[in-house]
Amino acid sequence: MRHESPSHGIDLDALGRKKQAFNLASEPVTLEVPGLSLFYGSKQALHDVRMNIPKHRVTAFIGPSGCGKSTLLRCFNRMNDLVDGCRVEGAINLDGQNIYRKGVDVAELRRRVGMVFQKPNPFPKSIYENVVYGLRIQGINKKRTLDDAVEWALKGAALWDEVKDRLHDSALGLSGGQQQRLVIARTIAVEPEVLLLDEPCSALDPISTLKVEELIFELKSKYTIVIVTHNMQQAARVSDYTAFMYMGKLIEYGDTDTLFTNPAQKQTEDYITGRYG
Amino acid sequence: MKQQNLKTWFKSGSPWVWFTGGGVSIAVIMTIGLLTLIAVRGLGHFWPADVLEGDYRIPGQPAQVLAGELVEAEEVPRAQLAASGLPVSVSGGEFMTRELLKVGNRELYGADFSWVVGEWLDNLRKPANLVALERREWGNFYGYLLGVKESGQLVAEGEAAWAELQPRIERVAELHEQLARLEKKDIGRINHALERLRLKERGLELDGELDAAAQADLAAERAQWDAEYQQLETQLVSLRQAFNRDGILVRTVDGREEEISLGKVVRAYRPNAMGTFDKFGFYFAKLWEFVSDEPREANTEGGIFPAIFGTVMMTLIMALLVTPFGVLAAIYLREYAKQGPLTRMIRIAVNNLAGVPAIVYGVFGLGFFVYVLGGSIDQLFFAEALPAPTFGTPGLLWASLTLAILAVPVVIVATEEGLARIPRALREGSLALGATKAETLWKVVLPMASPAMMTGMILAVARAAGEVAPLMLVGVVKLAPSLPLDGNYPYLHLDQKIMHLGFHIYDVGFQSPNVEAARPLVYATALLLVLVIALLNLSAVFIRNHLREKYKALDH
Repeated sequence: MRHESPSHGIDLDALGRKKQAFNLASEPVTLEVPGLSLFYGSKQALHDVRMNIPKHRVTAFIGPSGCGKSTLLRCFNRMNDLVDGCRVEGAINLDGQNIYRKGVDVAELRRRVGMVFQKPNPFPKSIYENVVYGLRIQGINKKRTLDDAVEWALKGAALWDEVKDRLHDSALGLSGGQQQRLVIARTIAVEPEVLLLDEPCSALDPISTLKVEELIFELKSKYTIVIVTHNMQQAARVSDYTAFMYMGKLIEYGDTDTLFTNPAQKQTEDYITGRYG
Repeated sequence: MKQQNLKTWFKSGSPWVWFTGGGVSIAVIMTIGLLTLIAVRGLGHFWPADVLEGDYRIPGQPAQVLAGELVEAEEVPRAQLAASGLPVSVSGGEFMTRELLKVGNRELYGADFSWVVGEWLDNLRKPANLVALERREWGNFYGYLLGVKESGQLVAEGEAAWAELQPRIERVAELHEQLARLEKKDIGRINHALERLRLKERGLELDGELDAAAQADLAAERAQWDAEYQQLETQLVSLRQAFNRDGILVRTVDGREEEISLGKVVRAYRPNAMGTFDKFGFYFAKLWEFVSDEPREANTEGGIFPAIFGTVMMTLIMALLVTPFGVLAAIYLREYAKQGPLTRMIRIAVNNLAGVPAIVYGVFGLGFFVYVLGGSIDQLFFAEALPAPTFGTPGLLWASLTLAILAVPVVIVATEEGLARIPRALREGSLALGATKAETLWKVVLPMASPAMMTGMILAVARAAGEVAPLMLVGVVKLAPSLPLDGNYPYLHLDQKIMHLGFHIYDVGFQSPNVEAARPLVYATALLLVLVIALLNLSAVFIRNHLREKYKALDH
């Protein structure tokens, strides 16, 4: 009854999205969260989150501001370690290994789990040096290898044709959208297994957003992608699975089609129909 | 109604604009006024003023002839002059003029300057053939040239003597330069080598290794140097003879005759006969001498090059010492230290250090660096030179180090601010690519913070280059015999005492036996100090702007 009204959710057909049959339970798992709580000082920001992120799929986190979706995302590459007074309880398993166990090489973890941030953050270096930054960190300095990696990564980020003639110009001269794709290129250049995207399009214009979304679609064949977004249309367009979070709790998690057309929880429906958030 | 107008006027904000604008104007006027004053007073000194000759008639005494440059004139109450014992007539105006004349001829008159009462000086004239001699001692000479002598024989007289004089002065200047080079460079090198030999011998003796073989070696080497010295000495003697060959016969305006060795004359000119063009030539020659030459006559004549050199040298060494120190401390405080009460306290302490009076640093530098640190260094490494101290005495290194600790808070604060301004997103971007914190610091944060570090260095240089008080205790002297950088190993002599423009101002202005002669130099030196600091700062600003351009902040 309440799900029959066409106005209650997002019209997925209108977005040009093909219906796909996804079944979370049968997917191979890349990131397993068997139960994670996070505290900022005495304030609890995540409440016992349990979820599995499937391999080579796009998983979107949606929810109102301050619901903890970015916090959860930043747990996957332990970015929260940098925050003073941040404490994590529980575990996250990447390919079966707990990334919060003792003795984990965090730098190595972050190489395997790349991250793209809300605002484009290219380094004040040339385009070329931006892309090879991660490789140089790993001690790779052979020009041939780096050249190949730059071409490959920029092509992968759909930026090659636009910048191939000015690789040694400053990256700061690029437009916002180009910068964000450069950051994605920089991230995939180190060949991570997981790509975390933290509202990657929030600072971009619609055309650039479209390009980044197309790129996400391209990239999911090789990478496990987790994207945080404020934009529900975007989540519906690009993701295979969607998690709805509210007040630090994971409310609902399932394949995108179902979540948007037939949410199981009242809170989810309220959110996607715009009743709050 | 009127009140209403006033109220709206206040509300409109115009009074506020006027008020703030006034503040800016006052600051600008003060700065420009200061610079103009020191520029005018300082630069005017080098202009070859006309030399006046006149008859000076003190009532009740026979007239005497006076000649000199008019330096300044002032109005003095008649009563005051009378009270000072001068035979002033009671009638006449309330004020009389009193003029300060630079009369020169110190060896004859006892002083370079003389106050005269303007009303008693008459029949003023500017004789074209009046000669001014700038000498290496006894200050200027004013008078008439009678003749030129060579080895005691008169070779020219009258107008011909003037023509004869110029080439001979040039010859003497050339010889003087050769002499200086020989004494300073060649003989200085030998002295340096002999001193090192002596120290080596003493060192061997202290170690108990001074056996016959070593002694023979040392003696042979010493003999070699001695032979070279003998050779140079003969050269020196012949040069000196050539140098003192010529002499001139002169007569002062009041008729006293005198013979002056040409070796003592730096330049001779006839100010009254010079055209504007000649005067400009003379002016720039004097100006160049001022910045490029060594001081003469207790710093009241000649140039101040050693002081410029010392200031720049000390400031550069200070910058080299202070920047790494301050930057490292700032990086630890900002990037690694756990932010808490302790770091906050350290920060407060650092900020307060910047407010400690400079002389306190001087006392600390003398007590700790010079006596404790320098004394220990001498005990450990320069034992052979004891009891003469090497580093246990004020010197360049300690001066630079003292200024470095004085300026280090500035660098720390500036660098910390720079580090804090680096967007968090950039650090996270680097960390997310698998870089460690240290790699992120080196590759992203520090390059981007480098303009801030340069700012810190600029502020440090500005603070330290103008500092004088602590330097008097830790290494700056009135007259240093040699520059701290020369061709003798180890080339940079960190233990040497140096001259400094700031201290030079104090010394020339307040410690000089010849205050009248020194006063214009105070202004000229002050101007130069300002210029040197401005130049050091501008070059640093230039480098910083270059870096800034490179790491343009990502404010979008």
